[in-house]
Amino acid sequence: MEWYWLADYAPKFLEGLWITLQLLGLSIFFGMMLAIPIGLVQVTGPWPLAWAARAFCTVIRGTPLLIQLWLVYYGLGSLFPFIPGIRETMIWPLLREAFPYAVFAFSLSVAGYEGEIMRGAFRGVPRGELEAARAMGMSPFKVLRRVWLPRALQNVFPTLAGEFILTLKATPLAATITVFEVYSVGSIVRQETYRIYEPLLFVALIYLCLTFLLVIAFRLMERRLPRRAA
Amino acid sequence: MDSAFDLLALSPPGWGGNLLMGLLRTIQIAAGAYALGLCIGLFGALGKLHGGPALRWGLEIYTTVIRAVPELVLILLLYYAGTDLLNVVREAIGLERTDISGLWAGIYVIGLVQGAYSTEVFRGAFQAVPTGQIEAARAMGLPRRKVLARITLPIMLPYALPGLSNLWLITTKDTALLAVVGFSELALETKQAAGATREYFMFYMAAGALYLVLTLVSTLGFSLLERRMRRGQPQQT
Repeated sequence: MEWYWLADYAPKFLEGLWITLQLLGLSIFFGMMLAIPIGLVQVTGPWPLAWAARAFCTVIRGTPLLIQLWLVYYGLGSLFPFIPGIRETMIWPLLREAFPYAVFAFSLSVAGYEGEIMRGAFRGVPRGELEAARAMGMSPFKVLRRVWLPRALQNVFPTLAGEFILTLKATPLAATITVFEVYSVGSIVRQETYRIYEPLLFVALIYLCLTFLLVIAFRLMERRLPRRAA
Repeated sequence: MDSAFDLLALSPPGWGGNLLMGLLRTIQIAAGAYALGLCIGLFGALGKLHGGPALRWGLEIYTTVIRAVPELVLILLLYYAGTDLLNVVREAIGLERTDISGLWAGIYVIGLVQGAYSTEVFRGAFQAVPTGQIEAARAMGLPRRKVLARITLPIMLPYALPGLSNLWLITTKDTALLAVVGFSELALETKQAAGATREYFMFYMAAGALYLVLTLVSTLGFSLLERRMRRGQPQQT
C-alpha cells in the first residue's frame, strides 16, 4: 500500500466530492419535484394521466440506470445538434456539457422510483383528515399544501431517506459520461499512478463516510418530524 | 426510418443477434450471481442469528460495507482482488497465472454484492417465523437440521419472497454495470452496436425494451410463485 499520491490529488478529490454532492442534491430536488405530481395523479388524477404516470414508473424501474444515462447522453445528445439554430441559443453551452445530462437522467430515475413511493404515501393518508381539511373550507390546493403532502411525506420519510442513499450510490455511473466526480477522480489517479487498490479503496472510504453522514443527517431530520405519541 | 430498423435484423449486418446474445449473457450472469447471492444470504442470515460473536461481527461488517459503497466501486475492487487472490493461489500450487473468464468473474462479483442484501432479507424473514412453531417442532423431537428443513425454511420463504423478487430485479439491472469493466453482456453489446452504427438513440431504446421485457416477465413469474408459496397461509383481505 502506497499513499504518496494522496496529497497531490487531494484538491481534485475535493472538486470531485463537490460535483458528486451537486449531482446528488440537484437530482433529488428535481426528481422529487416530479415525483410528487407523479404520485398524486396516480391517486386522484384522470385516468390518462394516472396511466401515463404508472407507465413512466414501470419503464424507469424496469431498465438499468446506466442504459437510461447513455440513452440521454449519447441518444438525446446526438439529436440536439440537428435542431437548426440551436448553436446560437443560450442553452447550447449547457448542452455541450455532460453534467446537465447526468442531472436530467438521475432526476428522471429519482422521479420514477420516488413517484411509486409517493403514490403509496398519498394513498396512506387517512381520508378523514382530508375531509376535515375540506370541511374547514380549504381550497384543493391548500389541502394538498397544508395537510395531504406534509402527512404523506411524514409517513414515508424513512423510505425516502433509504432511496436517496441508493441515489448517492448510483452517482459514480455519471463517470461513464465524463462527469468528473469522486469515482472519476479515482480512475484518473489509477491511470496516472498505476496503483490498482489504493485509489479504489480511498474512493470506497469516501462513499462509506458520505453514506454514514447522510444516514445520520436523515435520522436527525426524522427526529424533528412531529410524531404523535403512540 | 426503414434503414435504421434494418440494423436490428438478427443476422449481420444487423445487430439484433448480438443484442440477443448479450441478453442471454445478462440472464446467465444474473441467474448465476443470484444463486450465489442466495447461498451467501442463507448462511449469512443463519450466521448472524445463531453464530458466535466473531462470526456475527464479521458478517455485520460485510453487509454494512457492501451496502454503503457504490456497486461500481465494489465490482472493480472485487474483480481485481479476486483475480489477484486466484493467481496467488495458483502460483502457490505451481500453476500458471490466468484471467477469470467474463462470465464467472461477473457471477462472482455480482453474487458477492447481492449476498449482503439477501443476508438482510433472509434475516428479517427468519425472525418473522413464530417461535411457537419451532418450539413445537423441538417438542416433537425433531433434530435441529430437520427443524430447519421442514419447519423454518418453508415458513420463512413466503416472508422472504417479496424481498427476494426485488433482489432479482436489482441483480438483472446490476449486470449492466459490468459493461463499464468490459464484460460482454447486453449493455456493452448495445454500446458497441450504437458506436459502430451511430444510431445511439435506437439501440439504447432497443436495449431498454429488452431489459423491460425481462423485468416484466420476472415480475409475473415471482407473483405466481408467491401465490403458490402462500397457499397454506390465511388469506389477507
